[in-house]
Amino acid sequence: MSRLAPDDICAFLINEARTLDERRWEDWLSLFADDGWYWVPIEEGQTDPRTTVSLMYDDRLLLETRVRRLKAGKLHAQSPISRTTRTIGNVTVEDETNGVLTIRSKFQMIEYRRNLQRLFGGTLLHGLAEDGDSFVICWKKVELVNCDSMMDGLNVPF
Amino acid sequence: MPLDNAADISTLVQPGRVHRRVYGDPEIFELEMEQIFGRVWIYVGHESQIRNPGDFVTTRLGRRPMVLTRHTDGEIHVIHNQCAHRGAMVVAEDAGNADEFVCCYHGWTYDTTGKLIRVPLQHGYPSHFDPDDPDTAMVRAPRVDSYRGFIFASLAKDGPSLTDFLGYMTTSFDDMVDRAPDGEIEIAGGVFKHAFDGNWKLYLENLCDAAHPLFVHQSSIEAASEQDDGAHSDGAGEIAVRQMRQNGAPYKMWQEQIGIWTYPNGHSFLGDYHDDEKLVAAKRNKVFTEYIAAMETKKGKEETKRVLEVTRWNSNIYPNISFMSQFRQFRVVHPVSVNRTEVFNYMFRMKGAPEKMFEDTVAFSNVTNGTGSLVLTDDLETYGRIGVGVNSGGAEWIEIGRGYETDSPDSHGGVQGKDSTSEVYIRNMYDAWLGYMTAA
Repeated sequence: MSRLAPDDICAFLINEARTLDERRWEDWLSLFADDGWYWVPIEEGQTDPRTTVSLMYDDRLLLETRVRRLKAGKLHAQSPISRTTRTIGNVTVEDETNGVLTIRSKFQMIEYRRNLQRLFGGTLLHGLAEDGDSFVICWKKVELVNCDSMMDGLNVPF
Repeated sequence: MPLDNAADISTLVQPGRVHRRVYGDPEIFELEMEQIFGRVWIYVGHESQIRNPGDFVTTRLGRRPMVLTRHTDGEIHVIHNQCAHRGAMVVAEDAGNADEFVCCYHGWTYDTTGKLIRVPLQHGYPSHFDPDDPDTAMVRAPRVDSYRGFIFASLAKDGPSLTDFLGYMTTSFDDMVDRAPDGEIEIAGGVFKHAFDGNWKLYLENLCDAAHPLFVHQSSIEAASEQDDGAHSDGAGEIAVRQMRQNGAPYKMWQEQIGIWTYPNGHSFLGDYHDDEKLVAAKRNKVFTEYIAAMETKKGKEETKRVLEVTRWNSNIYPNISFMSQFRQFRVVHPVSVNRTEVFNYMFRMKGAPEKMFEDTVAFSNVTNGTGSLVLTDDLETYGRIGVGVNSGGAEWIEIGRGYETDSPDSHGGVQGKDSTSEVYIRNMYDAWLGYMTAA
């Protein structure tokens, strides 16, 4: 079992959410393992990101590109930028396999951009491995409650 | 000014320009719903979605919610999803299989052709009540036809046949289907549903626009160009990054190597701009080698060569679909209101092709047509800004004149632009628009 305490897990998730809210995109990227992946399925219960489309599915290569784009000067879809605020809760440890903890939590994210406020919420699943006195994200899956709804464009990672 | 007659409409489309009202006037939008979406052939679905008797899928004809069904006799029907009694939506699921549709309110029950077959408490209705009267049915689109599996419906009782309507564009559907080694394609891999605050016409106007990527997609082109290829990828990111880089093809390439062709009824297609061996099936990477071998086994070398030599990027079927065969993407545009539009993006799997090709189709869709895509989101932002601009009471006229003096006839009865940066395909759409909008 992990030698890090449940409080350390919560602190890690809260820090990650803060990193995203503060648009420190490179810091967020640095939380991921070199072969880490990030996934926002489009269907409830979706099991495979390679044979069904996803709202976002980034291997490390694409995640690096997504983050670099968020910093690009001519990013029309983020001009003006989105401001977000996230709340994390209901954190549980679901599993530990080969040194990777599966952490389940609930989140809500308010996004504000150009006079429009949107509310997102759902379940976060993190695959976390211990890395010194913290963790590294091996994978992150975001299950939105409205994953299959009609939506305007999504630019900010959850 | 109110729109009293065809003459008023005619003033809105002029050589090389259109009036901003065509994008922002609710009255014009209502007329479009009648004269265009209420009459012409509109794509409603694919045969692979309703393979078996009783299969149904909900769809739309303009703003009308419809159900596409396959009846017990195998015939395909398109019926309005509304109960003839008190008006409730009858079919609540997106898709399924049913012998009959039962309204949740008072149990009026319809077969899969839309015909009323059972009315609880029928003795209580007036003596003139006739369940066989077509007015007591879920109203059927009078004309339904398909071309190579692609199903269209029309709310007009009379009009040109589907193949006459499609004209030379049938070759783009052929291109979609012929690329499958087994000669069959199916909708697979989910659907993207995205929306924007802008007029429905903007979407197709962008999909054959070869001059926009260098500006609209600057952020993703730059981000992908600077990407270190050594980063870990399971294949999905690799396809995505290559496509974003390809969007950075210089103007010179668009002008010297890529063409644009337009045909009657507002249709058009753009030549393909890909030269990357991971993106073009005719080039010989490992998966494509396997695919080409499967094609040659099923179709022979000569036919395979003929099929793969067709190099088209997006094909637009006016008013509301745009598709491309190389990665089997298929977008359906639904008008919601004059300044709100919804788009469904489907994908097709080619039967008999390596499964890895479908995985690449999915990866390609995520990056180019996904709701959270690094590419599409900049297009959606642009449509939104046009929505703001054309409704701001500024300049009267919208320019669509690029290449106007260099349009030339094409050998299949259409008009060709000088090169892919010409706006000839938009002018061609407005020729069709004007014809539909002023038709008696």
